[in-house]
Amino acid sequence: MSFFRLFTIFFALIAGFQPALASRVADTDLSSRIAALGVGGFDDLEKAIANLAASGDDRVPAILDRLGNGELTVRKADGLVFFADKVGTDFRLTDPVTGVDAGLAPKATVEKVKVNNRIRRAIASAVGALTLMSPDPAVRRTAAEAVMKSADVTALPVLERAIAAETVADVRAAMVAARATALLASDAPEADKVTAIAAIADIGSRDALGFLSGYTSTDGAVGDAARKAVAAIESRLMLWDIGQNLWYGLSLGSVLLLAAIGLAITFGVMGVINMAHGEMVMLGAYATFTVQETIRTSWPQLFDYSLLIALPVAFLTAALAGILIERLVIRWLYGRPLETLLATWGVSLILQQAVRSLYGANNREVGNPSWMSGSFALGEIQITWTRLWIILFALAVFLALIALLKRTRLGLEMRAVTQNRQMAAAVGIRTPLVDALIFGLGSGVAGLAGVALSQIDNVSPNLGRGYIIDSFMVVVFGGVGNLWGTLVGALTLGVANKMLEPYAGAVLGKIILLLAIILFIQKRPRGLFALKGRAVEA
Amino acid sequence: MSQIFDRRRMTLAAVLGALLASTMAGYAADDTIKVGVLHSLSGTMAISETTLKDTVLYLIDEQNKKGGVLGKKLEAVVVDPASNWPLFAEKARELISQDKVSVVFGCWTSVSRKSVLPVFKELNSILFYPVQYEGEESERNVFYTGAAPNQQAIPAVDYLMKEEGVQRWVLAGTDYVYPRTTNKILEAYLKAKGVSADDIMINYTPFGHSDWQSIVADIKKFGSAGKKTAVVSTINGDANVPFYKELGNQGIKAEDIPVVAFSVGEEELAGIDTKPLVGHLAAWNYFESIDSEANAAFIDGWHKFIKNDKRTTNDPMEATYIGFNAWVKAVEAAGTTNTDTVIDTLVGTTVPNLSGGYATIMPNHHITKPVLIGEIQDNGQFDIVSRTAPVVGDEWSDYLEGSKDLIADWRKPLSCGNFNVVTGKCGGGS
Repeated sequence: MSFFRLFTIFFALIAGFQPALASRVADTDLSSRIAALGVGGFDDLEKAIANLAASGDDRVPAILDRLGNGELTVRKADGLVFFADKVGTDFRLTDPVTGVDAGLAPKATVEKVKVNNRIRRAIASAVGALTLMSPDPAVRRTAAEAVMKSADVTALPVLERAIAAETVADVRAAMVAARATALLASDAPEADKVTAIAAIADIGSRDALGFLSGYTSTDGAVGDAARKAVAAIESRLMLWDIGQNLWYGLSLGSVLLLAAIGLAITFGVMGVINMAHGEMVMLGAYATFTVQETIRTSWPQLFDYSLLIALPVAFLTAALAGILIERLVIRWLYGRPLETLLATWGVSLILQQAVRSLYGANNREVGNPSWMSGSFALGEIQITWTRLWIILFALAVFLALIALLKRTRLGLEMRAVTQNRQMAAAVGIRTPLVDALIFGLGSGVAGLAGVALSQIDNVSPNLGRGYIIDSFMVVVFGGVGNLWGTLVGALTLGVANKMLEPYAGAVLGKIILLLAIILFIQKRPRGLFALKGRAVEA
Repeated sequence: MSQIFDRRRMTLAAVLGALLASTMAGYAADDTIKVGVLHSLSGTMAISETTLKDTVLYLIDEQNKKGGVLGKKLEAVVVDPASNWPLFAEKARELISQDKVSVVFGCWTSVSRKSVLPVFKELNSILFYPVQYEGEESERNVFYTGAAPNQQAIPAVDYLMKEEGVQRWVLAGTDYVYPRTTNKILEAYLKAKGVSADDIMINYTPFGHSDWQSIVADIKKFGSAGKKTAVVSTINGDANVPFYKELGNQGIKAEDIPVVAFSVGEEELAGIDTKPLVGHLAAWNYFESIDSEANAAFIDGWHKFIKNDKRTTNDPMEATYIGFNAWVKAVEAAGTTNTDTVIDTLVGTTVPNLSGGYATIMPNHHITKPVLIGEIQDNGQFDIVSRTAPVVGDEWSDYLEGSKDLIADWRKPLSCGNFNVVTGKCGGGS
């Protein structure tokens, strides 16, 4: 008795939450529609998908999903289509309708049902139309967006029903937008289409613009309305474009700052031209790779923290390499800039080839932790998490360095040595040790930059090459010997570069920028923020 | 006194020189056939070229297991031109005149090929060039086993037009000769197909460009004009990884704006997480995922030779494979390694390729290849979605002013790399 009651409650629940359960076709009908997926080329496949979706069966979305993931295969012997799960080199086949296990099949006896972009679009649109009534609002929202993209006229009736039943406001808005795009594509009366254009124009996004642009060449009221709407959206997006370029500029500036700030210490403060600076960045990136690889193999659950763990490792690796270079090469060459330049250039080549021999010439994959992947929209600006974190990180490194130089004993000694070496030695500072420490600090900071750059650039032996010129440019432009100058210099160059790029292109933009800097240096040889005082003259 | 001393020193030098020459001659008369390998093992190009060096060594190893060529073992002479273009010419000279190699497999960039051309002509030797390139060249001493633009770029564009209904095109490339020439050909081709100039956006970036934010945003903007848009990418080398990362981060999916690349293969994808890239395309004449017996055997042997079963294979490796086997076949047919005889025998030589068909060396020193379009999968491999019948490499593009009247035919009696069919003269643009 109680069993029976449970049973009725169960059914009542299903009926309450899933009214779509009623929409089922006979198994044999569904099977024959599925079998058609395995015949012919992409054209036939697209038709077969439409035919399968037309059944309205609630098992179809799951089947189409697996098709999209490339998990449907045809058994060559009888041409039947199955779900396939890889087991070693074989595939376990399951009947998509009944769920009956059809046994293991060797790779050679089955053939995957191939999908391309067109098929993936067809699947998304079909699944969208079928899941508009799903109990999950998130699924309904994705469904509405998929239908909007495909502007599927046949989805209109189900859209109407879905809109009537929808209770969540923003899902409803997405559905209304989807209905508008479908209406525009249909042969509805002109007045309806003009209302639809107004509805799409209200969204105001780039997707909306893209959709409406398709109708600007139509005649009559529809074309007029579309042209007006496009102009309105475009003028609105123009402001957002400026904001976006500014954001890109800040982001590029933060990358430049990270790459240059270590150099600002070694070159700016110590006056050593270190051509191997880029290789310190590269070492930092490879340290990140090594840490991440170890974590992947030994403690995969720590993967999201891999970058945090890599920070001290990269800092120490690069700092150690820096101290070694200073002790072995540079200290013999103080006061001889030309020889220092050549020697450090040689060191940079040695380091590159050493890394190439050790890790191979190929790029290494450094993964993004989940908190650094993807993006979010701020109005019409897409802000990627990686870039945001890198900006924050660059500022944090900068502030920490300033604090170190201004607030600690080590910083005091460093400043003393750079301002007047003899006097500093006379009051008991061990200048050779301080030299080594400064160089280690500058290199270590470059190593930190490597951790950040591994997220956006190649981890290859050539990584450092791309940043050395830019770094020198930033330091010279900002004013040698001044960390604040480096900050302002990096951000200015980043923003200027990104503002120029849309008009002049990447190649010409960079040339213009270099010319501007040359002219600037002619006028102000000491950069934006020149150091003053006797120390400079000495 | 000093004069006598000088003379004595000169005699000594002469004797030493003679001795040296005799030992060299001794080497040349040895029981091996020497094969030169001219690929950068250091510098920026090492990333791509090191693999090809290993491929030649692997092929030589396999051939020697079968007993070598003409009863002699093959011996590889490997040099490192270090991604330095003038050094390519020096090393080529060294291989041909000092080491007396019978054939050279090498070069990757067009600049390096152009740099060694005069050396191969002057010393009359054979170069097999295994990389896709911009065309507009045919030399007697060079065999081009990579794709010409009509064997890669044009079929890819055709595929996008037909399968994806693309009407708007972004041609994005690195700023050097291959992308510029390819894009010029593509632009002319698209216009011939009725695409208006407003629907073509051409964008060049410097080598190693790493900040793609604005360009990806521009592509997005260009793509929101109500017409289906695609990107044709001739972006080279290292710049690809940040480009694809930015595409993934800005949420551009292959379903919305597909990117078809001509320089991105399995090796380049090894450096990135390909999950956000599924569906983006590449056009090549070979993919590692090809399901054929020859390919399975090749990959298996490669993994054993390199002692690492995670190493990928790629298109230039197949081109090297075809070139090597064609050379072996031609030498055995000719019965000699004499340069002139082998060059003549090579034309018309047919060898199996790795995709289950055959490659024939044509009179223009290019080969026949099927064109494959692959979609990137989440495992870093390509799923082949289209495959053409073998296409003959077209050295002088039919879509460029100044080269459409030219043909190359190295068979006698024409023996000409740039014959103008309009004026009927060898050796000239129109």
